[in-house]
Parts: sequence; C-alpha cells; structure tokens
Amino acid sequence: SRASRKRECRIMATVSVCQYHRGGFSFENCKRNALLEADINKLGFSSPAARKTGTTICGVVYKDGVVLGADTRATEGMVVADKNCSKIHYISPNVYCCGAGTAADTEMTTQIISSNLELHSLSTGRLPRVATANRMLKQMLFRYQGYIGAALVLGGVDCTGPHLYSIYPHGSTDKLPYVTMGSGSLAAMAVFEDRYRPNMEEEEAKRLVRDAIAAGIFNDLGSGSNIDLCVITKGKVDYLRPHDVANKKGVRTGNYRYKHGTTGVLAKTVTPLNLEVVEENVQTMDTS
Amino acid sequence: MKEYHYTGPVEHKFSPYAFNGGTVLAVAGEDFALVASDTRLSEGYSIHSRDSPKCYKLTDTTVIGCSGFHGDCLTLTKIIEARLKMYKHSNNKNMTSGAIAAMLSTILYGRRFFPYYVYNIIGGLDEEGRGAVYSFDPVGSYQRDTYKAGGSASAMLQPLLDNQIGFKNMENVEQVPLSLEKAVQLVKDVFISAAERDVYTGDALKICIITKEGVREEIVPLRKD
Repeated sequence: SRASRKRECRIMATVSVCQYHRGGFSFENCKRNALLEADINKLGFSSPAARKTGTTICGVVYKDGVVLGADTRATEGMVVADKNCSKIHYISPNVYCCGAGTAADTEMTTQIISSNLELHSLSTGRLPRVATANRMLKQMLFRYQGYIGAALVLGGVDCTGPHLYSIYPHGSTDKLPYVTMGSGSLAAMAVFEDRYRPNMEEEEAKRLVRDAIAAGIFNDLGSGSNIDLCVITKGKVDYLRPHDVANKKGVRTGNYRYKHGTTGVLAKTVTPLNLEVVEENVQTMDTS
Repeated sequence: MKEYHYTGPVEHKFSPYAFNGGTVLAVAGEDFALVASDTRLSEGYSIHSRDSPKCYKLTDTTVIGCSGFHGDCLTLTKIIEARLKMYKHSNNKNMTSGAIAAMLSTILYGRRFFPYYVYNIIGGLDEEGRGAVYSFDPVGSYQRDTYKAGGSASAMLQPLLDNQIGFKNMENVEQVPLSLEKAVQLVKDVFISAAERDVYTGDALKICIITKEGVREEIVPLRKD
C-alpha cells in the first residue's frame, strides 16, 4: 500500500548517504586543493611540493644476469628529506625495479604491480617473467597519461634469460642492455657509454654499476649518500644495501646535548592512567 | 585548477639572474670575528666548481661573504675594492668595518630597481678592536649583529646559532662569552650539519679568522655528494 512504500523510500534515502568507497584514485579533494592553492598564493606562500627522489638509477645486463643500482637520497625541493631511502623495489623473487621521480608514485606503482604479479604467478603456476611486469607497468602508466610521475628501471631473470627495461612516466618502454634514469642519468650514462661491454663478469658488472651511480652521486645535486646494488641471477638474488657507503655522515666535534632543566617548565599536571601492560615492544628511531 | 592543455609555442622570458647556491656565516667575538663560507658553486642540479669560496678579504680587519648570483657577487666585490682604493687615496687611511658597511648599503640601494642578487655579510673588527658583523639584504638594508647566516642553508643554520651563541630558548645556562676556539669548532659543526641536508652546500668550508694580528684562513673538507 501507499504507506508502506513511503517507509521504504525513507530507508533507501539513509543508505545512499554512506557511499561505499571503491578502490582507485579519489578526486574529492581536487576542488578544495585548487581553492586552497589560490588562497595560499595570494598570501605569497607556495603549496608543499610532492617529494621527488631526484635520483640516479641504472641497470646492466651481464653474463649471468642483471645488476641494478641506485643512490639513496630523497629530496623535497632542494632539501634532503631522507638520507638513506631504498629505491630498489621488490616485484617478485626474480624481478626487482628501481624507481625515480615522485617517491609516492614509484612506491605505490611497484607495490601494486608486485601484488598483481603474485596473483598472476599463482594463476599460471609459473615463475613471473620480466616482460609481464613490463607490460603491466606500462599499461598502468599509460592509462594515467603521465600523471603518475614514475620513471623505472626494471630488471630480472626468468626462464627466457636476463632482461632489462626502462619505463617512462607516460608509458613508453625500452628494452636495452644498459639503462639509466633520474636527474643523475646523464652522469651515469657517461660512465656506461665509456666502459660497457657485452657479457661482462659479475665483479666487473658490479664495479661498472657502482661507478655509474657514484658519478651521479658526486656530480648531480639531486642524488647522494650511498650506493645500493641488486644482483639478480638464475635462482639467486643479492640485495646489497648498502653496497658502498660513498659518503659518511660528517663527524661533529662539539657536544650539543642539553642538561636537564634547560627547557623551562611552566606548568605540570600528572594524570595517572590505570592501564595493564599486555605487550611491550621497542622500535629504535633512526637517528642517522 | 591549473590547465594542462598544449597552448602552442610559448615564449620564455630571459631571466638576468641565476641562483648559484652557497652559504655564508659570520660570528663576532670579544676580540675576533669569523667569516665562513662553503666553496661549492652550483646551478640547477649541476656543480660548476668545488673550489669557489665566497669570502673576499677587503682590508686587514674586514672580510665580506657574498652568496646568491655569482655574476653579481663578482661585480659587487670589484666595485667595493675600487671604492676602498679611492677612499684610501683621498683620505690616506683604510676604511673601517662600519664605514664599509654604510658604503655597501648605499651601493646596493643605488640599484634598488634592478638589484644585485647577493646576500652579503661583513665580518671584521671595529675601531675599538671588538668583533663586528653586519648583515645585508639584496637592496641594502643592514644592521650590526653578533652572528648571522646567509645563503641557501641560512634557514637551517640561523636557529642553531640563535641557540648556541645567543643562548635563546634555554634556561639555567651559564652565559659565558664565546672564545675563538669554541667559535671555530661551532662553525665547522654547523656547516657539517648544513651539508647533510642542503644540496647546495658541500665540498669544502673556508673560515677566515680576523684578529688584531690579521686575517688567517682555515680549510675543512665537507661532503661531496
């Protein structure tokens, strides 16, 4: 009857208020951000920039597999945000990926593809191939038309041999024996173009990648700190972090610890919390 | 919302300025002054030189540190040196630190509408032999300080100096005046920290120590990445 239908409509109205958030990007904040940015610019400030890795990453194919290398500096504008960040990301047990560009983009993109590749590998019952990871990454990046600022060096060894790809933010890829990406890519490529040979031995390949990243670290302001290496061969992965501590933290001679009572205490209130300690675990802070 | 359409060929205006990085620092003590600077000259993401100090000796009692646009730093120091010579020839004596500071202010303001893109800090001894620091902005506003940091890492160094030399935000601390050894050690430590986090600061640190004996230099290596 009419009365019961009215009751139904009221119930439907309350359900539609809570929108179930489906996956993918949420663009809810774009309008708000645009207004905020206009207001901030009027006051003369600039809105915070996304943290980029301003990086040097590279890869080389040698006799038994691939060697990937990366520096460890993350910058926020021209200030160092992280002195020892990890830029070589896990994709699958036999495939790793270095990332340059916007830090959040490289982190999330590699995690998404790693997850999808694991599911794919369980479905096929086979070890994943590098070409599959490449295809998944380029199709995702092209879909976002370059808005995901991730420039990647993908390398690994599968049943068809060692492979190395470079992947650009707009979705193009190159399959090459040696590649470099990031703000220090020119410095690293200069080293590669001088000393690369096909079918190098492992030690020579590691030295070449180490020297290429070092060229980026010392000659590019966006790269710095240490050199991480990842050596992938058939059946074995050597994740060397750090492989070379190219820059030690400067040693300060003075002691800058404060004595107790240096900070003035204006007021003190103690509120006891009656809690029961169930589990205790200690995580040390990285004070390097 | 920013529009990202391709609008056709865009004309980029020529900029007469470039930013060459670098940090300068000056500290005044009871009977000494220090002027320190890093020696890295950079542009964009590249390094032009690892050995380009930003302290320039003007007289036996005054050193100036200039950072910002290197072209303007060079021209400005040439002009200052010429004016010092002119003063010496007209007045038969060297310019005092205070006089150099006042003169620099007028030189900078003379270019008020096309400024020298330089952050200057003068360190030296005043007429009574006490340490003096004068800090400037690009158009000539200046004041006498006890300590000042300028250049790319100035925002990182200045709060640390406020705390360690000015004893700001600390209670129950013995406000002992700064000795030369402690000041030099502090300056070295402060630059080591700046080189960790500022990409434009690094390579080497040059400290000019001004006492009544004259100007002495010390060079300390910094991070090169």
